[in-house]
Amino acid sequence: MPDAARYNVTLSARDLAVARGGRVIVDGVNLSVGPGEAVIFRGPNGAGKTTLLRALAGLLKPVAGEVTVSDEDQTVFCGVLNGGKPTLTVNENLRFWAALYSARVGEARAAFGLEPVERRPMRELSTGYQRRLGLARLVLSGRAIWIVDEPTAGLDTASTTAFERLLAEHRARGGAAILATHEPLEAPNARTLELRP
Amino acid sequence: MSGFLAVIARDVRLAFRAGGGALQAAAFFALTIVLFALAVGPDLTLMSEIAAPVLWTAALLATLISLEQIYRPDREDGSLDVLAETNGLLALTALAKAIAHWISTGLLLTAATPVLALLLNIEGDALWPLLLSLLIGAPGLSLIGSFAAALTAALPRAGLLIAIIVSPLYAPILIFGAGAASAGAAGDPQYSANLALLGASSLFAAIFSPLASAAALRFNLD
Repeated sequence: MPDAARYNVTLSARDLAVARGGRVIVDGVNLSVGPGEAVIFRGPNGAGKTTLLRALAGLLKPVAGEVTVSDEDQTVFCGVLNGGKPTLTVNENLRFWAALYSARVGEARAAFGLEPVERRPMRELSTGYQRRLGLARLVLSGRAIWIVDEPTAGLDTASTTAFERLLAEHRARGGAAILATHEPLEAPNARTLELRP
Repeated sequence: MSGFLAVIARDVRLAFRAGGGALQAAAFFALTIVLFALAVGPDLTLMSEIAAPVLWTAALLATLISLEQIYRPDREDGSLDVLAETNGLLALTALAKAIAHWISTGLLLTAATPVLALLLNIEGDALWPLLLSLLIGAPGLSLIGSFAAALTAALPRAGLLIAIIVSPLYAPILIFGAGAASAGAAGDPQYSANLALLGASSLFAAIFSPLASAAALRFNLD
């Protein structure tokens, strides 16, 4: 997706209920996230943040309600796991994702300062660098709606700032984001949704 | 389409990297045959009679031990989520992964067969039917096996469970594969019938396995 392009995609959830291990943990979620918007889920461990995110990303079938996205293939999910292969190098992982998302590696490598480690296998990277590689997939995918679980877990201050800046740029281009986090995150005008166990 | 090919290329590359399992499967295959040749001893007539069934059984077991690597690592490192949200139909991704498994296991075993055939006293004329049966049957082993791997992707140490699931499903391929190789070596007219049935088994697996794998993976994503 060229820089000039603007996204125009809205994700909405209606009366959503999700279960983990057969037990309903979150229900009655109504949500609409459109161009430029961001929603942050907060709540204690076990409140169902991750499960809800997976349902919004279409990876988990909700027990009730529905999730609709105004355009096909416009969500990208980054969970706590980074989704890279430990034995592939940073570059190999990025190129594989680029083929999957029909995108180009482009600025994604530089966005999180991955150049110094680009030829090293992912398993040799520190936790922080592995997370940066995982987050680089959001930028690379060129998709409108980022769905991210604990985006800044394991990141240093500089990388957290880099993520906040990229998120702001993404929203400025009409992108949207749904995040779950325990940590303070600079995201102007983001709505907060408190989940309780 | 580029995503389909990228999945094949990635999985083949991973299979030959450390811990990938392709070379272990090939080594296991060779080891089984060498041990068997040692156990039978110097009776060359007996050896060439049972060579094809032995080689087919060894190929099946070597395939079996590599199946767990198809989906479980992808689920553990989160890349199954990435595969599920890209590439359109999950069934096509499942097909790509089965093809990659065949290239890194079945094709490798077929390529190693001419060397190991020497140990089992398989003569020149008997070698071609054996290779042909492996070329037609091994893709079926990978396809059926990848379905069992998808079914058990969320279970740790599922190796034995996979073996129990696939063994009955592998029976037709083993029977027709070893049957074709033996019949071909003996100049038996049942050779072509066995090959046709072997091909039918593989084709059936090619249709059923990607669809069933996709359904099993959806279930294992949560």
